[in-house]
Amino acid sequence: MIVADIIKILNADIILEGDLNADIKTACGSDMMSDVLAYVKDQSVLLTGLVNPQVVRTADMMDMLCIVFVRGKKPDQTMIDLASRRGITLLSTQLRMFTACGLLYSNGLRGGCDNDECH
Amino acid sequence: MSVINLTYDVPGDDFTRAGEASGNVKKQLRRLGYNSDAIRRIAIAMYEAEINMVIHADGGEISVEIYPNKIDVKLVDHGPGIPDVEKAMQAGYSTAPDNVRSLGFGAGMGLPNIKKYTDEMKIDTVIGQGTTMYLSVHVNS
Repeated sequence: MIVADIIKILNADIILEGDLNADIKTACGSDMMSDVLAYVKDQSVLLTGLVNPQVVRTADMMDMLCIVFVRGKKPDQTMIDLASRRGITLLSTQLRMFTACGLLYSNGLRGGCDNDECH
Repeated sequence: MSVINLTYDVPGDDFTRAGEASGNVKKQLRRLGYNSDAIRRIAIAMYEAEINMVIHADGGEISVEIYPNKIDVKLVDHGPGIPDVEKAMQAGYSTAPDNVRSLGFGAGMGLPNIKKYTDEMKIDTVIGQGTTMYLSVHVNS
């Protein structure tokens, strides 16, 4: 799956365009950034309802390529500037977290933690 | 390659800036060509520790020493200290206030995450005086 597929599946608006052809291997959905930081394996897209600069910093620490804000949330200019410097794509979807994650999962995307049971 | 020293003052009153130092270290390590696993591990550990500094201790100072085979980070704060380090190391245990949780932290994963991603971790803490944390990640060539 590539970033462009996520945009289509989630009917998402592009807030900041990075590499839309970047390959997305795994996903993580959470509003708790420490939980995101606990699972380091090949996380490529973060789905969250949290809107503050630490979301972008967390994604940067995890080498993520794309952040999807659910429930129609929109990042502010500080976050957009931060993401821009790091080449991270920012998307916004009206879908709720559960639905957004479910749609990506049913299209073949999986979670990224080490343990097979948590996929 | 000689040792590279980096130092940062972490302001305690601006949560939006927390993580700037860690982001900068990550960028420097990338520029120096360190392997991505080592970079990610030290960046995440330092980021969690930097967030802790801002949440619990009104900021502090960070010094980083970059060696060819390891990266050492020392974080010094003058906050309240950690009353029970063993408890603080348990996943899920948190003393962070609610407003911190609404910012996406305070899940009680900070210290366990730091432990998980580093090769060495040491905490010196004195109640009422502050905490010093030493982190080290070894670099496999």
